[in-house]
Amino acid sequence: RAKAEAARAAMGGSASLLPREALGEYQELTFLSKQEILLAYKRFSELLPKEERENACSARVPKSRILTLPELRANPFQHRICRVFSTSDDGDDSMSFEDFLDMLSAFSDSATPDVKSHYAFRIFDFDDDGTLDRKDLEKLVNCLTGQGEESRLSNAEMEQLIRNILEESDIDKDGTINLSEFQHVVSRSPDF
Amino acid sequence: RDCQQTDIKYLSGWKQWKRTSSKSLKKVLNEVKELSSYLELWRHDIHSIEGKFGTGIQSYFSFLRFLVLLNFIIFILMFSFVTLPSVISKYGVFNSSFVKIPPKNTEPHCTYYKPSGNKGIVYFYTYLKDLLSGTGFLEVTSLFYGYYTIDAAWISMLRYNLPLAYLLATFAYLALSLIWIIKRSVEGFKQNLVHAEDQFQSYCNKVFAGWDFCITDPNAARLKHRSLQYELQTDLEEERLKRKIADRTMKEKLRIYSLRIFINIIVIAVLSGCFYSIYRATVFSQENSNVSIRHGIRRNSVANLLVQYLPSIVITLANFIAPQIFSFLIRFEDYSPAFEIRLTLLRCVFVRLANIGVLLFSLWSQISYCATDECKACGYNYELYPCWESEVGQEMYKLMIFDFIIILAGVLFMDFPRKLLVTHCSCKPVQWCGLQEFGISDNVLEIIYGQTICWIGTFFSPLLPAIATIKYFIIFYIKKISLIHTRKPAARPIRASSSNFFFLVVLLIGLVLAFIPLGISIAHIPSSKACGPFRSFNTSWAVVPDTIREFPTGLQQVLYGIASEAFAVPFFMVICLIMFYFIALAGAHKRVVEQLREQLVMVSFDPLFCTSKV
Repeated sequence: RAKAEAARAAMGGSASLLPREALGEYQELTFLSKQEILLAYKRFSELLPKEERENACSARVPKSRILTLPELRANPFQHRICRVFSTSDDGDDSMSFEDFLDMLSAFSDSATPDVKSHYAFRIFDFDDDGTLDRKDLEKLVNCLTGQGEESRLSNAEMEQLIRNILEESDIDKDGTINLSEFQHVVSRSPDF
Repeated sequence: RDCQQTDIKYLSGWKQWKRTSSKSLKKVLNEVKELSSYLELWRHDIHSIEGKFGTGIQSYFSFLRFLVLLNFIIFILMFSFVTLPSVISKYGVFNSSFVKIPPKNTEPHCTYYKPSGNKGIVYFYTYLKDLLSGTGFLEVTSLFYGYYTIDAAWISMLRYNLPLAYLLATFAYLALSLIWIIKRSVEGFKQNLVHAEDQFQSYCNKVFAGWDFCITDPNAARLKHRSLQYELQTDLEEERLKRKIADRTMKEKLRIYSLRIFINIIVIAVLSGCFYSIYRATVFSQENSNVSIRHGIRRNSVANLLVQYLPSIVITLANFIAPQIFSFLIRFEDYSPAFEIRLTLLRCVFVRLANIGVLLFSLWSQISYCATDECKACGYNYELYPCWESEVGQEMYKLMIFDFIIILAGVLFMDFPRKLLVTHCSCKPVQWCGLQEFGISDNVLEIIYGQTICWIGTFFSPLLPAIATIKYFIIFYIKKISLIHTRKPAARPIRASSSNFFFLVVLLIGLVLAFIPLGISIAHIPSSKACGPFRSFNTSWAVVPDTIREFPTGLQQVLYGIASEAFAVPFFMVICLIMFYFIALAGAHKRVVEQLREQLVMVSFDPLFCTSKV
């Protein structure tokens, strides 16, 4: 209960720090509700060191701190997520508050399937070449089954699996999955 | 943001106004949604369960919440249309009174019914016993059918036809349950249809949509990894198995089919054994329970209570033993793993729901057993069961209470000791057993069984939904505590999408099976002449034709026309035609999808098309 009280107090405090027009703007541009944006602001400013909390809107949080968030800590795609949503110019995958909001918006329940599948494609594309080829699929499956030698599929199983995946989703039979094929196959997946 | 701003520059004034007005509308809708989400029951609890244990188990708890709400609404329905008018008129509130029309054309001996209540000095444990078995002081309350012995209630100049209201409220709650369940399952059905039609999608679904992004706990993440690995390996294994099955020789096929027939015979034998034991237990319990006044003496012993609960005990034992036998037998039938699970589940569902049917059937055979002429004049055994609907209500009440006690006892005496044993005793066999997993299908079948009892029992005991609401409310917290403290997450979790649909389909089967006993009670068995709102009618259903006879002739003719064959047969044919039309439409759409797919393949070699997509 003490945590909830502190959260409420913090939220009350941070509401005054986040300017109203910015709040309204963020609400329009993302799929998040006002409450969610304020909560995101609070979480984001907690990741910053104390001195930078005043202008949280323009600060950038390094990747190592982002990865301490509980939701990302357990996620096997944590590095890809940081890479995809970060707009940092020097390639260090640090995230600003707007990148953070983008990420939350894409993962929220009210985001459209188009947006979700677009970002999912970029996350799964490990070599950033715009298509999912065999190597990307292999890395994807290994991420899913876990790190460690005993949790990987055998080579034969991996071959069989990748062959099945390509059979199901590769419409133009070029051996890779492009964005439209990915969106097509994901639109028919009930669990996405 | 940049995209939006450039768009705004190019839009005309009208379009801009449309855009701003739709944005403000969206804002208003969002505010309303936010407010209504505060009212949602247990939102935070279910969210935290989802984070720790995944969406499969979360769907069980959402299902439980749905049942709590459904039962609450049914209770409100029955209370406001049946109980409230009776209570108001009996106590004379708002200048109301009630009318008891003496039944005509019935033998006087059929109408003799004096429930004993609790008169004189009684011990405290009598109250407890009555609470547990629904007799004594409970029998005369509004909990049971026997209380509503009113034919009409006058509430300040308005005549309220209680028998009609009772019957219509029953139909209303059944229809409401049906519509609500169908509405909820339409979502899952659409997804399942798409999923089942294109079974080649399953690998992509598992790989691209396999990770549950709601998991926050590293332990849960590790288990999810393992489960995904296990699932993928099982699927690949199944594919290899299917190829092996296709290559089977004739001799092997014959062997396997004969083995399957033999095992099915064993299954049928097990089922008949269950049904027979329930029948005998019910007959024994009815013959030996000495609580009604016919014997004059009331034996207040624990043995009597046990005899009263004998059918419930036998049903619970059967529900426990039969699934174990089924899951043991299915190993020999050599099906693919997915089909094994589905077949076992189907058999368990059948056992649980059919047990209730057998109980009711044995009760009825007791009630309508008639040896003497006097008894035949009443239509039911008036000596032993002057108010047979209350008896049936009491049996349903006992089943519900016993079900609740068993769930409580299961958590207290099986889960917590097991957890204590595993944490404090470090010997090998105990550690190897480990904590139990949260078996979603078993738990779901349990609560569906309880809900079927509630549906059947509400006609005989109108306040039963209130008890069901409270029961499921408490069960939510019990199961949540048991889950968090004593269970480990399942190694092979069921997917959320398929499990939601599966729960609702089984619930629908339960509802349809509940229609059968209710239909027979209402329309076929003569209602008791000594108590209840249907004393002056032959059967409970007879109140509807009687009411229709009082309508104006024009309306009567219309209603008779609708119920006649001249209307029903063409109506049925039109429905069939519409169904064929939709099937043909679905087939045509499928062909169009195939054609478009082929076109996509051909078009993708066009360089212009490729560059526009990149």
